[in-house]
Amino acid sequence: MIVELGHYALVLALLVALVQASVPLVGAARREPAWMGVAVPASLLLLALILVAFLALMRAYIVSDFSVANVADNSHVLKPLLYKIAGVWGNHEGSLVLWVLMLAVFGAAVALFGRNLPATLKARVLSVQAMIASGFLLFTLFASNPFARFDPAPAAGSDLNPLLQDPGLAFHPPLLYLGYVGFSMTFSFAVAALIEGRIDAAWARWVRPWTLAAWTALTAGIGLGSWWAYYELGWGGWWYWDPVENASFMPWLLGTALLHSALVAEKRDALKSWTVLLAILTFAMSLIGTFLVRSGILTSVHAFATDPTRGLFILLLLVIAIGGALALYAWRAPALSAGGVFRPVSREGALLLNNLLLVTAAATVFLGTFYPLFLDALGLGTVSVGPPYYIATFVPLMLPLLLAMGVGPLLAWKRGDLAGALSRLVIAGVCALIAGIAVWWWKSDGPFMAGIGIALAVWIAGATLVEFVGRIGLGRLAPRDTLMRLVRLPRGTFGMTLAHLGMAIAIVGMTGSSAWKEEHIAILEPGGSIAAGGYEYRLDAVTRVEGPNYWAYRAQISLLDGDEVVALMTPEKRFYRVQRMPTTEAAIRTTGLADLYAVLGDPNGEGGWTVRIYHEPLVPWIWGGLMIMVAGGLVSLTDRRLRVGAPSPVRRRVAGEAG
Amino acid sequence: MRRLLYILPLALFGVIAAYFVAGLDPERDPSAVPSALIDRPAPSFTLDPLDPAMPVLASDDLRGKIMLVNFFASWCLPCRAEHPLLQRLAQEQNLPIYGIVYKDEPDAIRRWLDDLGNPYAMVALDPDSRTAIDFGVYGVPETYVIDREGRIRFRFAGPLDPVTIETTLLPLLAELRE
Amino acid sequence: MIRILALLLCLIAGVCLVAIVPAFAVEPAEMLDDPALEARAREIGRELRCLVCQNESIEDSNADLARDLRLVVRERLLAGDSDQQVLDYVATRYGDFVLLQPPVKPATWALWFGPASILLVGGAVAFFYARSRRAAPGILPLSDEEQRRLATLTGDGPREKSDP
Repeated sequence: MIVELGHYALVLALLVALVQASVPLVGAARREPAWMGVAVPASLLLLALILVAFLALMRAYIVSDFSVANVADNSHVLKPLLYKIAGVWGNHEGSLVLWVLMLAVFGAAVALFGRNLPATLKARVLSVQAMIASGFLLFTLFASNPFARFDPAPAAGSDLNPLLQDPGLAFHPPLLYLGYVGFSMTFSFAVAALIEGRIDAAWARWVRPWTLAAWTALTAGIGLGSWWAYYELGWGGWWYWDPVENASFMPWLLGTALLHSALVAEKRDALKSWTVLLAILTFAMSLIGTFLVRSGILTSVHAFATDPTRGLFILLLLVIAIGGALALYAWRAPALSAGGVFRPVSREGALLLNNLLLVTAAATVFLGTFYPLFLDALGLGTVSVGPPYYIATFVPLMLPLLLAMGVGPLLAWKRGDLAGALSRLVIAGVCALIAGIAVWWWKSDGPFMAGIGIALAVWIAGATLVEFVGRIGLGRLAPRDTLMRLVRLPRGTFGMTLAHLGMAIAIVGMTGSSAWKEEHIAILEPGGSIAAGGYEYRLDAVTRVEGPNYWAYRAQISLLDGDEVVALMTPEKRFYRVQRMPTTEAAIRTTGLADLYAVLGDPNGEGGWTVRIYHEPLVPWIWGGLMIMVAGGLVSLTDRRLRVGAPSPVRRRVAGEAG
Repeated sequence: MRRLLYILPLALFGVIAAYFVAGLDPERDPSAVPSALIDRPAPSFTLDPLDPAMPVLASDDLRGKIMLVNFFASWCLPCRAEHPLLQRLAQEQNLPIYGIVYKDEPDAIRRWLDDLGNPYAMVALDPDSRTAIDFGVYGVPETYVIDREGRIRFRFAGPLDPVTIETTLLPLLAELRE
Repeated sequence: MIRILALLLCLIAGVCLVAIVPAFAVEPAEMLDDPALEARAREIGRELRCLVCQNESIEDSNADLARDLRLVVRERLLAGDSDQQVLDYVATRYGDFVLLQPPVKPATWALWFGPASILLVGGAVAFFYARSRRAAPGILPLSDEEQRRLATLTGDGPREKSDP
């Protein structure tokens, strides 16, 4: 009954979305306030209906209603509650409901919090958002119905893939979707602006909070996914350049470029049509990612059930949305007014460079991901593009970007003083050089790039601190003035400082773990040990334990520092009964400077066990750095200026007179 | 000129979308690996026979006739599915099929062949799978067509089916026999 | 879940899968005694794709085929092959698809030279754009006095010239 209610709610939602997609749009063209006024209540109603559907599906999971095909395929009575709930989005149909839910959330957010938007723009933005929602609701209802019933209902479910029964994976999709789908809002703003035929600095400011929100969520989502892969898969790796990983990375790269280009559009009224194009392309990447995961055109460990007919539907959505937007762009963009002037050496110039490198990087990842498909379609053979390609092409693009990241914030708008900026950065440069040389000397047998990576990270951290210190006048002004400046610092500035610092820390982590990771494998009998990274790992015993829906071999490994037992590590090898899948649960101990990673392997039948130890230097800094970046994004979001927006009573009166 | 630049994103997108459509072609299998040895000489091998009474199976001895080489195992369900088709091929086409065992025990193979029948002119063992690797085998069953000069002309990964036999295999054999 | 498995099996045309489960790779028994050779073997292994897995190298997979190829790599190294010769040995049998770093040949020129080309073209476009921004008269920027008046009007308060 509740399931039918959910289904019905979804159908109603489609109808509401169709109305929301058309009426306000026409109303904006005709300047009919009543018609435009439909947008806000429609958005809220849409959210309410989709929420009902989502909750109905969730309830079916929680009570293990196996008459619902989706639940039967992906859940089991014995599954822990958290994973029953997370199982809602751990499959294709349910995750689509999450997709449209996020679309509706963003629509409602703009409806509620976009009070300062001009009526026509707001109506158009919400209309475009509803168009996307209609497309996805159509797809869900006609090709991926999560509420389809089995009759008769199976007694037990098929259980969720054991790899997905994990807290990391429970939170990864919602955050990822918040980001992915969040860029639909910047897309809607871009298309609405093209329809309006006008983009100005105010538009860029209105777009900013949504771009920030989406970017922050996507950063968190990717970080969480990466962290999950690290501790769950048992290799100690955190990035594999898998096509689906790339599918989330490309929108992130473009989204970062968008964040920075919107800055120029807002402050200097320049790069406007480029920002619009970027907004369209970022969401295009989100859609392409969705397409990739669900259509089966590329093989990946992440792919959902691959189904070419579903793929065709998503492709159709993609072509209509992006093709339409780009066509609109080709038609309307040339008429947009040109913007502010600036010299190449200026903050605008630096941000332009930032955009150039990030977009090239995204294009590189795109090329690598889809090249096998391109060649195959042309009948030119099959090649395989793996991590070695990306390391050879992506990393070199990042080097100049990281260098520029230090200088950019110190350049003034419109006309920057490069010599002046560099002279302020001498100390950062010197520290970076010392760090690089120290690394080369201390780890002379390690890879060459390690020194460069660390040096660049120190450079960015140093440059960011120099900029921050200069801004609050530390050492230059009286302490009280400095404190005043610190307190009154716009949150956006603080956010930038945090985000750039977080990036530097993350780079240290990435460099360290890639360059100096150690792997030791041996067959151990109880009492035997492996030495790694200055510690000794002694296998004490292996016992068999029972879990809710699995049984496992659990090893007890004593971590010895010298003669002292510092910790006990308990890696497991689990066997899930229903899915008959083994998984490894690594034991990870963080020292802050490194991760000590122990994995239990197979028994050799003679009392010995394969034990794998990874010593991962600096890996915790990756997660730490990413968290600081996310914090920076969140801090920026709380900037008062974003909430107040551009117009105030005086402006509105002026705008009204101007008509 | 400027106008052209604005149309570029749309044009590029059109090209990419076309590739995506091609990628959705149901005939396409993204995990299929084409053989690297088509039209190249078959790898040479000398393998022990399943039946100790038979002579060693050496690739040199096989020169001069058209034949099939089929990698199989008793634990492989699709191999069981294609088995009757292999028997028909061997009988109707008067075609020697040489079976090479992939990661299996001789006793298990003997039982399997006793159960289902033996379509093979000879069965050979490949205990360390080196011959399989030389052929580029990545799963079972896999079937290779080898011509009179000892070159591989066709490789089919997966169980043979009537359609493939009709449309690809038989015409190829007819051509080779000319 | 059953449907997913069925589709997977169909997609690979019935070729028997050997455990896709990510667990481990090199077993102690496979490892070479010489640590330098073993390190080379691992490096080479990371450049070879496991053909029955979803996007893993033979170092990261416990599939039988991956194990066989790891042993082959080590055999060839012991026989004195160079890194490139070992890769060629495997690629001759399995095709370019097995190489995770695609070879540079006419079919892959777009792949390898693409990024640099995009950077150059993008750079040229950016350069000409920046130049036009310098030359174009455009709207005259506001003077400092006018900036302050505007800030007061919009209620933004006094701002630093170099705010982001």
